[in-house]
Amino acid sequence: MSIKGKVWKYGDDINTDVIFPGKYTYTISDPNEMAEHAMEDLDPDFAKNVQENDIIVGGKNFGCGSGREQAAVCVKMAGIRAVIAKSFSRLYFRNCVNNGLPVIVSAEAVDAIENGEIIEVDMDNGTITCSAGTIKFPPLPPEVRGIFEDGGLIPHTKKILGTD
Amino acid sequence: MGQTFAEKILSKYSGKTVVPGEIVEIKPDIAMSHDNTAAISGIFEQLGVDKLDDPDRHVIVLDHCTPPANEKFAMNHKITRNFVKKHGIKHFFDIEQGICHQVIIENGLCLPGTVMVGADSHSTTYGAFGAFGTGIGRSETAVIMATGKIWFRVPETIKIIINGEFPEGVGSKDLILKIAGEIKADGALYKAVEFAGPTIENMTISSRIVLPNMAVELGAKIGYMIPNKETLDYLDGRAQKEFEVVESDPDANFEKVLEFDISDLVPQIACPHTVDNVKPITEVEGTKIDEVFFGSCTNARLEDFEVVAAVLKGNQIHADVRMLVFPASKDIFLEAMRLGYVQTIAEAGAIIMNTGCGPCMGNHEGVPADGEVVLATNNRNYKGRLGNKESDVYLSSPLVSAHSAIKGFITDPRNN
Repeated sequence: MSIKGKVWKYGDDINTDVIFPGKYTYTISDPNEMAEHAMEDLDPDFAKNVQENDIIVGGKNFGCGSGREQAAVCVKMAGIRAVIAKSFSRLYFRNCVNNGLPVIVSAEAVDAIENGEIIEVDMDNGTITCSAGTIKFPPLPPEVRGIFEDGGLIPHTKKILGTD
Repeated sequence: MGQTFAEKILSKYSGKTVVPGEIVEIKPDIAMSHDNTAAISGIFEQLGVDKLDDPDRHVIVLDHCTPPANEKFAMNHKITRNFVKKHGIKHFFDIEQGICHQVIIENGLCLPGTVMVGADSHSTTYGAFGAFGTGIGRSETAVIMATGKIWFRVPETIKIIINGEFPEGVGSKDLILKIAGEIKADGALYKAVEFAGPTIENMTISSRIVLPNMAVELGAKIGYMIPNKETLDYLDGRAQKEFEVVESDPDANFEKVLEFDISDLVPQIACPHTVDNVKPITEVEGTKIDEVFFGSCTNARLEDFEVVAAVLKGNQIHADVRMLVFPASKDIFLEAMRLGYVQTIAEAGAIIMNTGCGPCMGNHEGVPADGEVVLATNNRNYKGRLGNKESDVYLSSPLVSAHSAIKGFITDPRNN
């Protein structure tokens, strides 16, 4: 699988309260409506301008704070197809995997990628190509990759249960 | 080589000897969810399974927006109650009972040596009782409903040893803020954090809870401490089943050992807009405040009420400040009332609110206006956390919050 899109680059310790404000967590259940509020308290331009296949690049500890799953769902529904960071909060990482949204840990790539540039992520070969060059990233552990490859935890579980 | 607590627990539950980095699938003892149960039940229903794997594994507490602020929150509660009835979930606590983590503790469901997961990031709280407690997502909770199972990466462990005695006016909230300021919001990312040392051993249950509760603010998977005598006494006659205390082996391999001496610690304040933006109170003293939020799963227990009432007794809250008070549970409220704390706090001009999470998350009950400053005893001060990104939130101990409420600005309790 290959993803080619524009980069939305942010800094360190981006928390889930600014990705998807808490005041919406129990009132918005429609994923498309979640997308309208993605990154609302961090970058008001994001939801208006994000395009299908775009990629978020963050610093360290991306998605820290509340473990609300909507913080992963809202950016996916907004069109984001991969999140690259120096490190992730464990709950944000899990929520992305569980919703079939590729998460890539690579400090080298984050330092190399410029905000707004078009980059290409090759999930099969584990490479990111940006203006600075091609950077390799380590694959997800096999147990986790299985969830991701099935499209997320719900389809993965249905496959195991035989209810798909 | 011995094992850490986290390695021991995950070895026991997975049935094999595990090492950090390994991924295991286990069945937790307890899976908690709150107002998000409505959304979780919808995900569960997509899984094509009729019955819960074990209804007794699930604890459901309505606390995040109680009573409901509008028809959408109300519908969440209604869906949750219907789901509870349909599936015969006995551990259900409706809106009058309190904040999920406190309700679980009071009901003897948080037990040493068990695995407790919650669809709430502050589920690290359970480590105060020697449990493996951690937050999980909504989809994961729904899958546990169906299969009983969840995967975990076995974490490395950081041991944080605390030495010394708290100086006057300084307590466990100041300690955890100090640690957050030092090691930062990713200082324990993916790690188990074990709090140890004589200071931890001698702290009260309510003070101890504050540390694992906020371990997640260091990025930790779990916060843990060996249950002390007061904790075991508390569980005597309360624990809903037998348990076995699990401790790290003396020769366990800790990734890192950090030591803090608190003998000279001063009150700490987390400044806008991150929990690790921590300063000694002397640097922010005098900052004008508009609202005090005394509540949350971090700091709204009986001993916090005792501290706040002692400061407010015979005083009036500053005319420019509103102080909102949210007991962590119904039991705490009743006891605080019996002991006269509620009377004292209300006489001082504070508003006694219902038990629950209050404005922590910005749903209702105290959302600040643009440009306002809130001093809060909760655990997060991210931009917009209390519902308005144009406001500033500072975090402090309950003691600092009470002194500051009287003065109208952030006030060092040691000078008053």
